[in-house]
Amino acid sequence: MSDELKVPIMADLMAEGKKPEVLFWVGSAGSFDDRAKKITKAFVKILNKAEVDFAVLGTEESCTGDVAKRAGNEFLFQMQALMNIEVLNAYGVKKIVTCDPHSFNCLKNEYPELGGNYDVVHHTQFIQELIKSGRLKLKGNLYKGKRITFHDPCYLGRANNEYNAPREILKSTNASIVEMNRHKRNALCCGAGGAQMFKEPEKGDKDINVLRTEDALQTNPNIIATGCPYCNTMMTDGVKAKEKESEISVLDIAELIANSEEL
Amino acid sequence: MNYLPNIIFAILLIFGIGYFTKNVKKLIRNIKLGQDVDVSNNKKERFKNMMRIAFGQSKMVRRPIAGMLHAIVYVGFIVINIEVLEIIIDGLLGTHRAFSGIGVTYGVLIGIFEILAILVLVSVTLFWIRRNVIKIRRFWNKEMTSWPKNDANYILYFEMVLMTLFLIMNATDVAFQSMNNGNVISQFIAPWFSNLPEATLHIVERSAWWLHIVGILIFLNYLYFSKHLHILLAFPNTYYGSLKPKGQFNNLESVTKEVKLMMDPNADPFAAPADDTNDEMPAKFGASDVQDLNWVQLLNAYTCTECGRCTSSCPANLTGKKLSPRKIMMDTRDRLEEVGKNIDANKGEFKDDGKQLLGDYITHEELWACTTCNACVEECPVSINPLSIILDMRRYLVMEQSAAPTELNNMMSNIENNGAPWPYNQMDRLNWKNE
Ligand code: SF4
Ligand code: SF4
Repeated sequence: MSDELKVPIMADLMAEGKKPEVLFWVGSAGSFDDRAKKITKAFVKILNKAEVDFAVLGTEESCTGDVAKRAGNEFLFQMQALMNIEVLNAYGVKKIVTCDPHSFNCLKNEYPELGGNYDVVHHTQFIQELIKSGRLKLKGNLYKGKRITFHDPCYLGRANNEYNAPREILKSTNASIVEMNRHKRNALCCGAGGAQMFKEPEKGDKDINVLRTEDALQTNPNIIATGCPYCNTMMTDGVKAKEKESEISVLDIAELIANSEEL
Repeated sequence: MNYLPNIIFAILLIFGIGYFTKNVKKLIRNIKLGQDVDVSNNKKERFKNMMRIAFGQSKMVRRPIAGMLHAIVYVGFIVINIEVLEIIIDGLLGTHRAFSGIGVTYGVLIGIFEILAILVLVSVTLFWIRRNVIKIRRFWNKEMTSWPKNDANYILYFEMVLMTLFLIMNATDVAFQSMNNGNVISQFIAPWFSNLPEATLHIVERSAWWLHIVGILIFLNYLYFSKHLHILLAFPNTYYGSLKPKGQFNNLESVTKEVKLMMDPNADPFAAPADDTNDEMPAKFGASDVQDLNWVQLLNAYTCTECGRCTSSCPANLTGKKLSPRKIMMDTRDRLEEVGKNIDANKGEFKDDGKQLLGDYITHEELWACTTCNACVEECPVSINPLSIILDMRRYLVMEQSAAPTELNNMMSNIENNGAPWPYNQMDRLNWKNE
């Protein structure tokens, strides 16, 4: 199946004198984390299906530095950013899409001040646009009658005010969307942000992802939908902690679409 | 001797306003201890934010009950202050109800004041019950120790007393009652005093009048010491609030300079700095004390109303961790006050007191518990950003002290060496494609 994936690489296209419409920023999680790699592939399937003219940087991509910045290491962040900007600008990149809200926020809001100006969109925004423009026609009915709840990633929602795109996509799957008590701007963090993903949490009486999973479970969902690789991990762990993994699946929006269209 | 009350009144007024001015000056001086930050852009948008958030209370009403009660007290406070103008004129000139000459309109005005006064009384009582009887959780957090808790209640008592005095003053004012115009509420209170002899009635009226104005002057001067300062500072604070997307953290220019120098292959690392670059070296990266924060962050600290909406939505706090964004703001203000007193005591100069915000007030544990989720920023009804202070202190810990938790140090050296937070080779970045 994997040999069906068409993943053009920026350097190759450049050699052929071609410039893709959009650069797919895979991100570190999307490249290396086993769970997140599935999201990456699902999104590529969608891009292939909609015949989007895209490319990835491949080995030329490096960490955006987002997590270093949130941890307080502005030096490391700026070094990463300046390196990446050099590469992106050399390829004349105009538009970037990414499945990671942290990369999205960082590239969109924090790179400009260092000389990197791009039109950056989150993959849920991109997919929504594909559906709206008719480039991606959804036929699947896999989720009819299923209850899906969407967990807002902090860096897509509160940080950048995007609450609609993921919900619009979910609506087009014919599932019934159930909202958690805390949602949209009141959504609770999954617990991974601000570099927490890479360390043990401080002492407390509960893990944040467990509390967030409880929020989700209250809606009695069949599926918890996410739009961020870190949220996905956190919610998956939370569902496991509640021993519900046989009843409830945690899926990225890209995976939901790829699955229902049997891509 | 006839002028004695007027003179006493004038002296009271001068003292009241004088002391207030003195404290406001101190407040401004303290806020200016912060680093400079350019917030002179987008005046129109800033003004709109101020009107919407501070004047229009747009964020208060997100919690409808508290929002409504607060709006009543707020409107009451502003409108009833028109009455204070009349009191001041009467007090200085020895007139009685100087504005009553305007006829029916006067009655309408006073009528509105009276209705507001009773509504405020009711709201304030409900606030008190909510705080002390129902004990809403966010008012009983750890940082809400004796002073912050008492402070909140004192204000409620103050308002109760002021409103009661206002109504009694009207009810015992025989001339006003006989006008029978505008005494919508006080006419029902008047009968309680009806069997008092006229002279006593007059004394009650005068006492209520004096206590009312003295109370207002005390209230004014109490503000500086209280979370109630927000009734003044909410306006500048929302004006200077950030206009950027919440996810956008500020860029450290000083770091950019150094990083560019480091990455520039043509730069001679041993070159002496050019002569024209006598722009001061950044004292330090990040913040360890209040002087390292910028003045908007310090203004934030003085504006905080200690409402705890931030803390009640903080995922770290909700799961029992030590972090409370409200405490971050209260600590910043406490430390700033301490620094201000130090400066006052040392003839305008800060003498090192061996303390700082980081460590003595805010612990590392609190700082590292933050997920940078912006829930606190979203919640704050007066545009305060506790997260920016947390981040600046993390910056200090990491860039000046290399004091990040070990796992984060590992993560960062991975990024340095492999361009990913995990120990994988950059050359393997595309492996997913063929797996
Ligand atoms: S940004 Fe940090 S302090 Fe603010 S609510 Fe989130 S975790 Fe708490
Ligand atoms: S920072 Fe804002 S939300 Fe938090 S306690 Fe202060 S005023 Fe309330």
